[in-house]
Amino acid sequence: MTRLAIRYDVVIVGGGPGGMSAAIGALEAGADRVLIVDREIELGGILNQCIHNGFGLHHFGEELTGPEYASRLIEELLDHRIDVATDSYVLDVDADRTLTVASPSTGITRVQAGAVVLAMGARERTRGAIRIPGSRPSGIMTAGLAQKFVNQLGYLPGRRAVILGSGDIGLIMARRLALEDVEVHGVYELMPHANGLTRNIVQCLHDFDIPLHLSTTVVGIEGSRRLERVAVAPVDENFEPDLARATEIECDTLLVSIGLIPENELSAKLGLRMDPTTGGPVVSSTMETSRDGVFAAGNVVHIHDLVDFVSQEALLAGRCAGEFATGRSRPADNIRLLAGANVASIVPHTISSDREHVVYLRVRRSMEKSWLRLGEVYEKRLRYVVPAEMVSLKVRPRFLENFHGDALKIDIVPREEPGGDDE
Amino acid sequence: MSRGSRLSTIEVGGFRLGRAGIANVTCATCAGGGERYVGVVKDVVVIGGGVVGCAIARALTHYRIDVALVEREVEVGFGTSKANSGIIHAGHHTTPGTVKGELVWRGNQMWQDLANELGFGFFQNGDLTIAFDEDELLTLETIESIGKERGVTGLELWGPDRIHREEPNVSKEALAALHGPTAAVVNPYEACFALIDDAVDNGLQLLVGRPVTAITPEGSHLVVHVGDEHIATRCVINAAGLYADRVCRMVGIELPIRARKGEEYLLDKRLSGIVRRTIFPCPTPTSKGILVIPTYDGTIMVGPTAELVDDKEDLSTTSAGAAHVFEMAQRLVPGISERDCIAEFAGLRAVAPDDDFVIGATRVPGFINAAGVQSPGLTAAPAIAEEIVALIADGGLDLSPKPDLKSPAPRPVRVSELGLSELEQLVFSDNRYAHIVCRCEMVTEGEIADAIERGARTLDGVKFRTRAGMGRCQGGFCTSRCMQLLSDAHDVPIHDITKRGPGTWVVCEREERT
Amino acid sequence: MIEITHYLCIGCPLGCRLEVEEDEMGAVVEVRGHSCRKGKDFAEREHHDPRRMVTTTVAVHNGVWARLPVHTTAEVPKDMVREIVRYLRSLEAAAPVERGQLMVADVLGTGADVVASRGLDAE
Repeated sequence: MTRLAIRYDVVIVGGGPGGMSAAIGALEAGADRVLIVDREIELGGILNQCIHNGFGLHHFGEELTGPEYASRLIEELLDHRIDVATDSYVLDVDADRTLTVASPSTGITRVQAGAVVLAMGARERTRGAIRIPGSRPSGIMTAGLAQKFVNQLGYLPGRRAVILGSGDIGLIMARRLALEDVEVHGVYELMPHANGLTRNIVQCLHDFDIPLHLSTTVVGIEGSRRLERVAVAPVDENFEPDLARATEIECDTLLVSIGLIPENELSAKLGLRMDPTTGGPVVSSTMETSRDGVFAAGNVVHIHDLVDFVSQEALLAGRCAGEFATGRSRPADNIRLLAGANVASIVPHTISSDREHVVYLRVRRSMEKSWLRLGEVYEKRLRYVVPAEMVSLKVRPRFLENFHGDALKIDIVPREEPGGDDE
Repeated sequence: MSRGSRLSTIEVGGFRLGRAGIANVTCATCAGGGERYVGVVKDVVVIGGGVVGCAIARALTHYRIDVALVEREVEVGFGTSKANSGIIHAGHHTTPGTVKGELVWRGNQMWQDLANELGFGFFQNGDLTIAFDEDELLTLETIESIGKERGVTGLELWGPDRIHREEPNVSKEALAALHGPTAAVVNPYEACFALIDDAVDNGLQLLVGRPVTAITPEGSHLVVHVGDEHIATRCVINAAGLYADRVCRMVGIELPIRARKGEEYLLDKRLSGIVRRTIFPCPTPTSKGILVIPTYDGTIMVGPTAELVDDKEDLSTTSAGAAHVFEMAQRLVPGISERDCIAEFAGLRAVAPDDDFVIGATRVPGFINAAGVQSPGLTAAPAIAEEIVALIADGGLDLSPKPDLKSPAPRPVRVSELGLSELEQLVFSDNRYAHIVCRCEMVTEGEIADAIERGARTLDGVKFRTRAGMGRCQGGFCTSRCMQLLSDAHDVPIHDITKRGPGTWVVCEREERT
Repeated sequence: MIEITHYLCIGCPLGCRLEVEEDEMGAVVEVRGHSCRKGKDFAEREHHDPRRMVTTTVAVHNGVWARLPVHTTAEVPKDMVREIVRYLRSLEAAAPVERGQLMVADVLGTGADVVASRGLDAE
């Protein structure tokens, strides 16, 4: 692509699964001038380096690898007329939805958007965020950067690795390194439970005899040039390490996989209202932010555990952005959703009573057999909830037929009575 | 450059430097023995490429003399200077009757010109020293009078109203504050790079990545051994920082240098602007305390701790250090939270006996110390350079100004500081400036290519010249891209690119390729 | 002798700890610890014939990336995963590559093919 138009119906910032799905949604809604801007040299986002399988069961109805999932979306886009600016970076978005795009091929360009969809995804938390004491040698990197080195650039991060954090990226990288004959000493997790999917515990750790140490964390880093060893210690229920029981592990690599943070630099520039619990913008049921015509979807709004949900959320955001840009809009939301017992965050933040919505929740702590209660209008049995997995709730108009308030609290509370087979 | 007033606190002994000419010496001390060295005798060899060594080298290259600088790390500024807070002290905090006390105010006054001349970032943000009670207020009054006596301009005591009008996020408990408007911030490594780039442009021979292994007297010269290489010189300046003791020992002088560690914590840009001035607590007799520093680059830094350590390579941060820093910083500025920490690091100050700078000639002819330079060493560095120039002139070196002095290279472009129209113009002439490589700090390929051209050879070299990788994602996104650019420019494979020199490899090769 | 083997169920976040009990002849006597039918099936499958998909990369000549992601078209016996990955390390593809392009047919006699997970343009 060599030239950008001056005006688009919908401009999407980010060409990962969220951005591409939003583009498809916008096209479906009748927007015919759609632009995706992405900073990488190709569409696909982080999926291109997630070479493992396990994607797509919900969205495509079959199990795909990350690159396949991305390719499916890319191929779907290629059937339409759409502009894609890769190797391009959105420097700024004005309140009137003028974007400033920088790219070596097009220089500095301003484009006017009927609607904008923010789909910048997330970045990884780093060592600095948790302040591991010790020296600052080379050999410490986020699991995602290691993944890029191994799966795309063709280098190994080291020969003997320790992994901090049992999120899925950490588990996946444990297996990936083991398959490349890197010695993986173990995965260390501060929490008393693993943060990744059980499937990954089994197939990434058990299959390769990689130990998972729960309630244990890295408490020291040694090595003045390259990492030489790390110290690990068990933690108590307040996550305070017991340094007397610290042990040292010889290793040259520490991969840090301690969570993702929504990438919201542009949201901050736009002055969007933010939700401190998700780290992303506050959104309505149309995925619209606090600024008219600025929509958001995917990890930029809240961290998802499955890319399939990103796609579904982004399709909606893209459709609504397309409708907005072509002069249509849905009735405004009339009900706020409030986080109650054992609910950490809710997206979207508001809904309307006239149509169906999918609401995503995160719980604060694991709970077996519980009720999910939507105010007093609806309840649903849940079999098991864990903080690592999002809970989704379909809110149907009939739930709200007799509800006349303006806010609904969502609670997840223990369920005492013996339950049969659940949803 | 004008010769500043001479130090009153140090004795300058009479000494004569050896003559210029061709050295033809047999080095008896080297392994194997009897190695011959033939070459032009350098006028001055500076050992150490921290900000002090760089400032000295830069000052010397403005004269018609032959100067070399030897640095053990792969790039200049990679030792103590890299971990410096970047504060140009207002001049009133340092104890009177000391060398550092005399040089701090002189140095302060030189930085603005230096920054203008060399085009590095300098921002006079002023400082505030906070008193929480009457006793501390008395201390502030003492400091104020020290400063005024020294000639520090603009010192003023503020009451609570003024404090909160000017710095609304400073603790409401503050009773009074001493305002020092002459305090400033720079980017210490940027200053090092600017100084050394100018020196190299004006003929400095720069040897990096090679420690000095021995110094032997040969006739009226000193021979500096840098690995296999021998450099005969009329004069050695020991600006070796933490290792100035080792360099002294090479010529038989005992100068104990200890390491005092300072841990610093860098906070997310979200907190940018929480204070405008550098905030000091009221100093105690032993410490300046934990400061809240709005760095030149717009981040907030809190620290440093001060703890003597035995290991001169011990750059570790500690849980206790972090706890102390955040507790003390929150006392000054309650809005600071450790949750905003994006990076931590530690530096080691070179501490000489009596906690003072050691600047001057020694009993070894031609061997001059610029050692024991700890805080406020960055502030004092240009004044130290002046002192050294004067000492060398005393020693008989003919310092006539260089007639064909090159004007300093323009300051490297910082895209993040440009307005949109400036950026558009720049991109028009070089589209690499439209290619964002580090998204947190908005650093472009053009800036990185320029840094590499100016001498960056490592990831840290790129990082400290351009800020790529310094932001909130700490290189998660740009590391591989920076390595690719370094690899292309130096024509070496990616796995040979290091973080900061030998032993600091980042990735290794897959085995089936080797 | 009765032998009991343990498995962790991957069917859902519950992560049931499954036990498979075998008699002297190696026949499964009982599966315990599951909470649903899927869990029981999983335990039996894991016990008799554990299989996995293989996903890895192969070197690619002249591509926009140095590595090409590939995967097997079917699950292969679990204990052959490492061997297959090692074997694939010796391959080098040449860009351009199409998504789904065959890299190795019937890899190491498993009956599964190895195909490209994505298309890759030449540099």
